[in-house]
Amino acid sequence: MGLYRIADLDPAGLIPIPIMGPALCAGFPSPADDFLEGALELPRWLAPNPPATFAWNISGDSMRAAGIFDRDLAVVDRSLKAGNGSVVVAAIDGEMSIKRLRIEGNVARLAFDNPDLPAFAVQEAAEGEIWGVVRFTIRWHVARAGLVR
Amino acid sequence: MSRAIALIDGNSFYCSCERVFDPKLARVPVIVLSNNDGCAIARTAEAKALGIKMGDPFFKIREQCRRDGVRVFSSNYTLYGDMSARTNAVYRDFAPAVEIYSIDESFLELSDVHPDRRVEFARDLRATVRAWTGIPTCVGIGPTKTLAKLANHIAKSIPDLDGVCDLSDEEERAAWLCRIHVGEVWGIGRASLAKLEAMGVDSVADLRDLDPRPVRKAMTVVGERIIHELRGLSCLPLELMPAQRKGCAVTRSFSRRVTERAVLEQAVAAHATRLGEKLRRGGLGTSHVTVFYHTSTHDRGDPMRSVSTTVTLPEATNDTLALIAAARHGVDRTWREAPEGRPWRYSKAGVVTTDLMLLDASPRALIGQLDRERSGPLMAAMDACNARFGRGSVVPARAGLVEKRKWSTKFEMRSPRYTTQVAELPTAHA
Repeated sequence: MGLYRIADLDPAGLIPIPIMGPALCAGFPSPADDFLEGALELPRWLAPNPPATFAWNISGDSMRAAGIFDRDLAVVDRSLKAGNGSVVVAAIDGEMSIKRLRIEGNVARLAFDNPDLPAFAVQEAAEGEIWGVVRFTIRWHVARAGLVR
Repeated sequence: MSRAIALIDGNSFYCSCERVFDPKLARVPVIVLSNNDGCAIARTAEAKALGIKMGDPFFKIREQCRRDGVRVFSSNYTLYGDMSARTNAVYRDFAPAVEIYSIDESFLELSDVHPDRRVEFARDLRATVRAWTGIPTCVGIGPTKTLAKLANHIAKSIPDLDGVCDLSDEEERAAWLCRIHVGEVWGIGRASLAKLEAMGVDSVADLRDLDPRPVRKAMTVVGERIIHELRGLSCLPLELMPAQRKGCAVTRSFSRRVTERAVLEQAVAAHATRLGEKLRRGGLGTSHVTVFYHTSTHDRGDPMRSVSTTVTLPEATNDTLALIAAARHGVDRTWREAPEGRPWRYSKAGVVTTDLMLLDASPRALIGQLDRERSGPLMAAMDACNARFGRGSVVPARAGLVEKRKWSTKFEMRSPRYTTQVAELPTAHA
């Protein structure tokens, strides 16, 4: 099943994440064998590193100034290094959230990106852990048929 | 340069997969249960510390899990299979040859890496797998598969090693081998262990120093091979291509006991459907289908019955409809109505083949030829639908719709299929 119907992309340009097909084990038959599903597909030029690429749903409006809205999809590449200004998915107090990473001097903060909100920030070292860097996000401009949530 | 093989495996792999997507699981005890939520098959270090053992039946530890805050999951094989494929994709970036040994273990060819740099290489590999996929691993290195496996065991057991153990150096290896019990060696089962202990073998070093010839008598060629491998002489090459399957089985325990014929027939039809998919994936066919079903030895006092019958097809096939017909014929032949209202309560059924052959190369029947010209495209269309719209989207009516099968394996505490289902993606709060 194709994840993103951005356009009718050339199917030859579509690759599953990750690239490998069903794993065939030389030693033990895989218990996962009966449950394998087609991987979500993204074109290689959008997701250059499939094994490190994951999709997340976004819920909430605290990143509006970054152009990220409620019900968007974020494609996260865990092989990217987070730097000042990166949009990241991070675990903060046991919750996954999407934040802007701000590094000033040797202080890293995970910040909201919404002018309506206070510049609330989290001390990264104290309670947050970066899960991965958001490579891009996707917004539907038509009803998400079949993708209701 | 000296031969080197690495064995890398995921730490508490199934539990680690769950932890990647749920930060609340960090540092708390987590276990994953087998099919039908039967028993514990993966445990984090925190769960092991609570005394939960591999294979503990869930009904025995349910109360403890509740009391001690153990997070319990049904197997999410879709997720584990996808995460396994991701880790192996990373391994392939690092090593010229990778043998996927099981869902969470792979052998890597490391001979091209200079001996002085192998530990550093392994640390880099671990760090990359952790960063890209979130899965923590351990790496064992040695001149043979058996020694790599042993090194991996050492890396897991000794926290100071930081997840990497290299047994390439002979002196260092000798020092480790004296300290490890022979039962930890890959391929030494309970029967072999008893024989070895009778021979006075206690440590791995004792086994290594045995004369291989008498061992061959006691433990067959396998035992002899282990001794050579422990001495650093590689007898087991990396298996890069899985051997062609000779047999294939689809067997399942029912989620509840089955007494009705119609339900049993539906179950064997569903198993035959799955068998057909598996055969077609390898271009294989079969001309014999063995059907079995039986009651459970756990149901003491109940009437017991175990049935197995083999149905012969006119020629080899992988047509699901032909396989279903054969499987149903097997039930038809063996079904008995229970005497005096005490029905047999069946716990498990399966379909098995043992004579797989490449379909294109298989001989055609003179009488009763199956219609391959029609069935081939039909099966291809069904497989394409199931690949595109999800497993079980199109099934033969005999097999029943997946969501209406009342006997199917239970996965009541399964986490979302975070990486393969659009409707089940994880959510980040903005």
